[in-house]
Amino acid sequence: MTTIDDYRRVAAPGAVDMILRLAERVRGRRFLHVSGGRFGGGAPEILRAAVPLLVDLGTDASWEITGGDPGFYTTSGALRAALEGGERVLTDEGLDHYVEMNRVNAKKLRLDADLVFVHDVEPATLVANRPEQGRWVWRCHFDCAHPQRRAWAFLRPYVNQFDAAIFSLPKFTRRLNIPRFVIAPSIDPLSDKNRDMPLREVASILRGLGVPQDRPFLLQVGAFTPAEDPLGVVNAYRLVKKHYNVRLVLAGTGGGERESAEMLAELREAAAHDPDIVVLELPPDADLQINALQRAATIVIQKSVREGFGLGAAEAMWKGKPVVAGVAGGLSQQIVYDVTGYIVHSVEGAAFRLRHLLNNPELIARMGAAGREHVRRSFLITRHLTDYLALLIHLTR
Amino acid sequence: MSDAVARAPFQFIGCVELRQALDHRATDERELLERLEDAPAGSVFYHTHGYFLRHRPITTAYGNDFAAWVAVHVRDQVLAERLAVINPFESATVEDLREELVSVINDHLLRLPSVPRVEFGEPFHFQQSHIVEVPLGAGATTLAEFRAGLAEVDSSAVYFHMVEARTRLGRRSGDFAEWLRGSLDMPQLAERIERIDAYMTSLERVRARVLSLVDAAIEGAEGGVGTGPA
Repeated sequence: MTTIDDYRRVAAPGAVDMILRLAERVRGRRFLHVSGGRFGGGAPEILRAAVPLLVDLGTDASWEITGGDPGFYTTSGALRAALEGGERVLTDEGLDHYVEMNRVNAKKLRLDADLVFVHDVEPATLVANRPEQGRWVWRCHFDCAHPQRRAWAFLRPYVNQFDAAIFSLPKFTRRLNIPRFVIAPSIDPLSDKNRDMPLREVASILRGLGVPQDRPFLLQVGAFTPAEDPLGVVNAYRLVKKHYNVRLVLAGTGGGERESAEMLAELREAAAHDPDIVVLELPPDADLQINALQRAATIVIQKSVREGFGLGAAEAMWKGKPVVAGVAGGLSQQIVYDVTGYIVHSVEGAAFRLRHLLNNPELIARMGAAGREHVRRSFLITRHLTDYLALLIHLTR
Repeated sequence: MSDAVARAPFQFIGCVELRQALDHRATDERELLERLEDAPAGSVFYHTHGYFLRHRPITTAYGNDFAAWVAVHVRDQVLAERLAVINPFESATVEDLREELVSVINDHLLRLPSVPRVEFGEPFHFQQSHIVEVPLGAGATTLAEFRAGLAEVDSSAVYFHMVEARTRLGRRSGDFAEWLRGSLDMPQLAERIERIDAYMTSLERVRARVLSLVDAAIEGAEGGVGTGPA
């Protein structure tokens, strides 16, 4: 099992000692996380790493999961999508059932704790059944600044029953009657997706994926959806390709939705006419493959037009790569312009910056190194633990 | 001098900044001016002095969040330059600093036919912070122990003792200088540390400057170091 001391070799100097000092002040306090599931990205990915470390640090940390029937998951999924701005139908009946299921969850789960973090939408209405003791915080991992009105009108009264809320960025928040803290998400540098990887292992994984290693390649990792703009990436690559003999690797998950399938078909069509375009449809748990691709890439692109926090940029910077990213979600907060990469507003802007970097290889190395240090200080799980412990101290003093 | 025992030990304190979003936001320079006039003092502090804590590894081109936003998102280089040059450490109080920022923006807007606004960038979101103090290590009772402790502590301790203590906690000389002067009777070293310019540099560079001054004091008599700017 990974312990906090294992992070000394990757975290910023003094960071682990700082965490240990903070932990001394909350030793034995019960710190409960509640989420809708243990698998997948977002909250579960962070909690899988953070909860064992919080236990290792001496807090009484635990992680509970809400359960429900298909109707519960359908409504909570639609509610989440509507809070993110999507158009969804939310019926009174469905919402009542969702609230009722969480009332049942509240009876089943042990919810007494000094600090309870309720992650995202599925467990959110548990707060209506909170015990008298303890402080409750809603941890929102997504952008709910532009929700569907009905969805927000439904959820807002519940959120206001918490003692505080946490958002990943100020611009992801809505006006509330409670304090809104801002804590950025993080990556785990010791996970399969981000751990150090010998060159031989990288080469072996790339061979397995069918990615030739004879030339530099540009990489975008992300879902094949319009939000990630993979077609824009192809167009930027084509502008670059006139001057540089590079490849483009688009790696991501397809998903089952129609628009995603259409996007993947278009990308495959583009790849059929250009052998230097490689489209890789990966399973959701392809962490080692993504790690190897990011390490082998020359420059990483994240040309999203709509994005959550977009931790793919931090993952790439951690591997010493400059990132050319669209102005969406948390990308402009992660990338220090002209220091660790570039934020661009168009296909042409992406092509311009890619050419600029390819024409100045020393810049690629310099920005890559700056990016890794930037992530070391700002986007590793050690910083995240520091923030969580500080909040535990602040809210329970 | 390094063997002298202090009357009271020096306790290094690191800090964690808990950020809190506020309802104020600006999409153009007029709104920035108006919100800045109304924002809590803690928010002005966060966006100016706090910039120094958040940009630890990378010294960026602007000295505060307001200048950075105007440059990157509004793309008004003239105002960005005028705001960037305001050194928050020279203002006696946060209200003095607010007044200076407001007057610079106001003066700039008076010269323009229209108000520059965000076209392709993002709005400015006002925030404030809560500082959680974290005592680090055993207290130092001699100059040599102080030197050893300072070399190892998290760089947030440099911020806490050199910036937070001076501005938000009202200890105008900063904790290092105050301790050296009050507990170790080293007024000259204290004065040199007090004169270190923390503006537009990194916490690591400030730490290095303090260490070099302390080293000089340990190697010679306290007055043995030069009298030029630190």
